[in-house]
Amino acid sequence: MPETSSVLDRSGTTTPVGTSTGSLLDRSRTIARPGFNRWLIPPAALAIHLAIGQAYSFSVFKLPLVSLISHNEKSPAASDWTATQVGWIFSIAIVLLGLSAAVFGKWLERVGPRKAMLASALCFAGGFFIGSLGVHLHSLPLLYFGYGFVGGIGLGIGYISPVSTLIKWFPDRPGVATGMAIMGFGGGAMIASPLELLLMNHFKSPTDNGVAATFIALGVIYFIFMQLGVWTIRVPAEGWKPAGYVPNAQHSALITNNNVLADDAIKTPQFWLLWVVLLCNVTAGIGILETASPMIQSIFSDKVMGAGRGITAAAAGGFVGLLSLFNLLGRFFWSSFSDKLGRKPIYILYFGLGVLLYALLPTLGHNLSLGLFVGACCIILSMYGGGFATMPAFLSDLFGKKQVGAIHGRVLTAWSTAGVLGPLLVNYLEDKAKEGAAAYQTVFYTMAGLLVIGFLADLAITAVNARYNDPHPELSVADAGH
Amino acid sequence: MNPQPAPVAPESSSTGALVFSWLFVGIPLVWGVSQTFLKALTLFK
Repeated sequence: MPETSSVLDRSGTTTPVGTSTGSLLDRSRTIARPGFNRWLIPPAALAIHLAIGQAYSFSVFKLPLVSLISHNEKSPAASDWTATQVGWIFSIAIVLLGLSAAVFGKWLERVGPRKAMLASALCFAGGFFIGSLGVHLHSLPLLYFGYGFVGGIGLGIGYISPVSTLIKWFPDRPGVATGMAIMGFGGGAMIASPLELLLMNHFKSPTDNGVAATFIALGVIYFIFMQLGVWTIRVPAEGWKPAGYVPNAQHSALITNNNVLADDAIKTPQFWLLWVVLLCNVTAGIGILETASPMIQSIFSDKVMGAGRGITAAAAGGFVGLLSLFNLLGRFFWSSFSDKLGRKPIYILYFGLGVLLYALLPTLGHNLSLGLFVGACCIILSMYGGGFATMPAFLSDLFGKKQVGAIHGRVLTAWSTAGVLGPLLVNYLEDKAKEGAAAYQTVFYTMAGLLVIGFLADLAITAVNARYNDPHPELSVADAGH
Repeated sequence: MNPQPAPVAPESSSTGALVFSWLFVGIPLVWGVSQTFLKALTLFK
């Protein structure tokens, strides 16, 4: 296995691996020595993504937070927070996820994944601790600042921290590697939702619903859990390749052997086309996720299906759970499949099939084909997850591996945009449309239209012009990050 | 002239570390997925 044991710096001198006198968190102290098993990297990445994926379970706290004063979810006190006010906590966190991923991407490439993962753990856990104080003092600004702002920064740094490392360790199958990590983000909510309910039940008393104590417990649990990632992550030595790996063996024009730096990447049309691709993919997924429970109850109601045969609230909860499972599986399945099929063709598949399925949903609902309707929604959600998970590998194909983490961070601002605009758009369409199942027809057709835009953006992607290539390819990743 | 890098000791990644790492993340993930799967079953009842 061809391995080197030194790092080339800006001046052209080499620093032997393992001889740095810096702290254990320094990038130079995380360079793997010969014999390191690269299969230790995916669990390190999963330890971070499974933790920060908690963000998507925040709705578990919605009802307890709107009844902190009254302790009665059905008749809140005047001083209780409203659902809209509480909803902003999650929105702030998602906006900060995208912004911090964009801002700290280059810093991450410079300092390495270990320091970034520790920073993420500190911010994410710190967000819970400050948020707990906010709940205890019934201070909404403190909750916005804690869970939303500080925690959101932890989400952003954590999300991108293992991505470029995974791609560098698995250049032969980047889709599999990043699919595994990003699947963890989907799985994080599945762990957190039941865990949060267990903790709140454990801590609640007649005068306290247990949210503040649950936040403290989650902060401690997640900080410890993320330490596996912090202390087992390693970066490969410069020039390391897996045995038998030949770069761009498929000779695809869309897979470069060069590198484009993050600051130059945003000047390319390819970057903005991918930004649009992610924006459309996320917004279309939110179209179903946001409305899943009321949508299926409305389309397959007792009134339409016959008394006692409609979808109940509990069954609708099951539908949401099923969508989450397909979102999770799609992240790994589709991203892995993209290693075989190619990144551009797989997005053509996501968007092409997505348009077809979205356009079919009103008909399936109208014909009361519950099985087909559920199946179509599951496939759409699996491709929504796939769209997330395939993005880092697509970026690596087009811009090279050198600063792929930083470039990915900047693309994630599309997620923040979709995270805020998506629900607003869906709620607006629902409000404007007629009552009942017809309300969702407009939503479905609008989402299909968005996917057409994503399809066209993907179709327009070509190889990056060589003038954007890094003029100093001999510099190490750490130096290029300066 | 650049100094010659010192020999680097190999880093052994034991099977134990590999198994521990995967179990550390795998057990919570399987638990979470199973909880969601059980919840999803209510759709088919």
